[in-house]
Amino acid sequence: MNFDPFVIPFLTGLSFLCAVLIFKYAKWFIKLSREHKFKLLKWIFSHKIILALKEIFLESLLHRKIFRRNFVLGYMHASIALGWLLLIIAGNLETKLHSSKFFNMPYDPVFLKFFVHERSGIPIAAFYTFVMDFLLLIILIGIGLAVFKRFRSMLFGLKRTTRLKSFDKIARYSIWLIFPLRFLAESFTSGQYNTGGFLTGTAGHFFAAVLPVDYLSYPVWWGYSIMLCMFFIALPFSRYMHIPTEVALIMLRNFGIKTNKIYDGITEFEVNSCPRCGICIDVCQLNEVQASDIQAVYFIQSSRENKKDERKAFNCLLCGRCENVCPVGIEVNAIRITKRKQLVFDNKNAFNFLTNGSTEKADVIYYAGCMTHLTPAVKSSMCRILDEANVNYLFLDKDGSVCCGRPLLMAGKIEAALSLVEKNKKKILESGAKTLVTSCPICYKIFREEYKLPIEALHHSQYILRLVREKKITLSNSQQCVVYHDPCELGRGCGIYDEPREILSRTSQLVPMKNEKNNSWCCGGSLGDFKLSAEQKSEITRDVLMEFMAYSPEIIATACPLCKKTFAKYGNAKIQDIAEIVLASILKEKVTEKKVEVLQ
Amino acid sequence: MKDFGYTINKDRQINFDRTDKWIYEYLKKHEPSFKLCIGCGTCTATCSSGNFTDFNLRRLFTLIHRGYKLDMKDEITKCMLCGKCIMVCPRGVNTRNIILKINEVIENRKRKK
Ligand code: SF4
Ligand code: SF4
Ligand code: SF4
Ligand code: SF4
Repeated sequence: MNFDPFVIPFLTGLSFLCAVLIFKYAKWFIKLSREHKFKLLKWIFSHKIILALKEIFLESLLHRKIFRRNFVLGYMHASIALGWLLLIIAGNLETKLHSSKFFNMPYDPVFLKFFVHERSGIPIAAFYTFVMDFLLLIILIGIGLAVFKRFRSMLFGLKRTTRLKSFDKIARYSIWLIFPLRFLAESFTSGQYNTGGFLTGTAGHFFAAVLPVDYLSYPVWWGYSIMLCMFFIALPFSRYMHIPTEVALIMLRNFGIKTNKIYDGITEFEVNSCPRCGICIDVCQLNEVQASDIQAVYFIQSSRENKKDERKAFNCLLCGRCENVCPVGIEVNAIRITKRKQLVFDNKNAFNFLTNGSTEKADVIYYAGCMTHLTPAVKSSMCRILDEANVNYLFLDKDGSVCCGRPLLMAGKIEAALSLVEKNKKKILESGAKTLVTSCPICYKIFREEYKLPIEALHHSQYILRLVREKKITLSNSQQCVVYHDPCELGRGCGIYDEPREILSRTSQLVPMKNEKNNSWCCGGSLGDFKLSAEQKSEITRDVLMEFMAYSPEIIATACPLCKKTFAKYGNAKIQDIAEIVLASILKEKVTEKKVEVLQ
Repeated sequence: MKDFGYTINKDRQINFDRTDKWIYEYLKKHEPSFKLCIGCGTCTATCSSGNFTDFNLRRLFTLIHRGYKLDMKDEITKCMLCGKCIMVCPRGVNTRNIILKINEVIENRKRKK
């Protein structure tokens, strides 16, 4: 057996790391809900595991999403992650070839060059030497980029990067040093014994000529081992915890396990999978109105430390722009809501004053929503459109609405929200309708996610498009120049991007914008935030409006009454909901028809 | 007692020491926009809950300003946080956060007792 005292730090570090990981993962596993545990056991031995492994390869090793965002950043991550793994695999294979035994000590491949110099008689040794040198070179380039990134983050498309804690620093400096030290150690030893491949061999020759490598190589091997030890010890308490945890998370996610309303085991896996890459910082609109400290990365960091930071939890638009770019796919909004739940006082009996009156029968229910009641033009247009299409509908909240419950849910008052859901659901079902149409994306989202209705729930943009396609209403194109603002809850929240656009391209000239669809801005009026002052919100709104005005639209269109109301406070441009535009278009079409009749 | 033909009125002073401004102080500290409320009542006119009960945000805010001791616990949870009030308030009062804060301060005090 090969042994030298310098392997002790490495072994200590590695055992410590394994122990901590087992302890933490076991703790989080116990914290998983029963339903999640059941799912895990059900799927772990199924085809889903193959899909999970594929995703792990693409995301945790190749870092495909980061590549798409920025090539250099992607290369940096992929070279270190994939390079290191291949180095471990190749090293292990090489060791087994050398010793021609199946089992070896975990440190053997790591320090192989120190122990084995005589390579003649070993099959394809030259090939392995080449591969190992090549992988080392790839990793060294990756590390070089990482060091460079520390000082020049703009090259990687990041304006702001994250602030680090002490364990992060230890882990980072040790990872920076591990591979250069390995390179030096292997080169020195190669120089001593005149071995090595194109990289270590050449460097070894050079070093042997100018340095006393016989004396230097041993301490450098020690240094290499100590750096590995430090990295392993710091890893579970630093951002590098994401390396093993992301693998576990991808697995769990493929089994359909997601954070849902309570902060539990899966949430722990999620928050520990964040490498604090900082990609989420620049996209956040709150940067422009206050100091940057609530963005996803900072919020997740504080959750990871088990803090209950009220401002980080409540000062966020829940716009989802950060979630949209997160390469790990962490569901930041859902996690933020679980944090809010820990901080508010919930009361499921709060709405017992709502009594159930009788509901009329109808084919379609129109539920305007609270915000639509603040924009009367939207609801009157909707009613008019439904009349024009001869729909047998019931305006469920005509005399003032009972809230859909989503704002309470966003505030973390889950029980209270669900009690409203129950009350509304009962009313909706009593009507015997087949379709529920709402004008408010906030309502639409909760209808889809929490109401579990046996009937279809549609946003009015979807329903209007259906009416058009079924030729129940006819539109005429006004050729007016229109830009369309994607509301957060409808776009990123529910994935509805195309229906509103299709309607608008039939009624007007739709001009595409740079930041649209899943990159669209938040109007600033979001009910997700509880902390911004009126001035700060208005600043956000004005910035967004300014960008729209650069396209000189005649109408700024949106599909959310809250966005409309928010923009209308500051915009000089005409701000209209899709429903209003459609109504105008129907009326115009009617006038033209009449003219044609008269002429005939 | 000598009868002078008239008596002294009972003391009719209002005892200002009894006003209890702890909720006001708490809100002022944690949501400064509370001070901006002018009691116009726009929030109450639009309130979703007010549509079904006598829940009245303006009244609540005014009474807290004046330091009345109220049993607000069952009152404040009637709010659905729907956000209509904050959209219409002419003074930019962050009503939804104030409502959460009132809830918080009441529950916290209840716990301490
Ligand atoms: S939340 Fe996502 S985008 Fe933000 S730092 Fe973490 S991994 Fe990166
Ligand atoms: S959800 Fe929006 S406001 Fe909140 S941190 Fe993410 S980008 Fe910023
Ligand atoms: S609308 Fe605003 S200013 Fe008026 S009473 Fe309500 S909170 Fe006060
Ligand atoms: S948020 Fe509460 S107080 Fe404000 S309008 Fe809605 S129900 Fe009324």
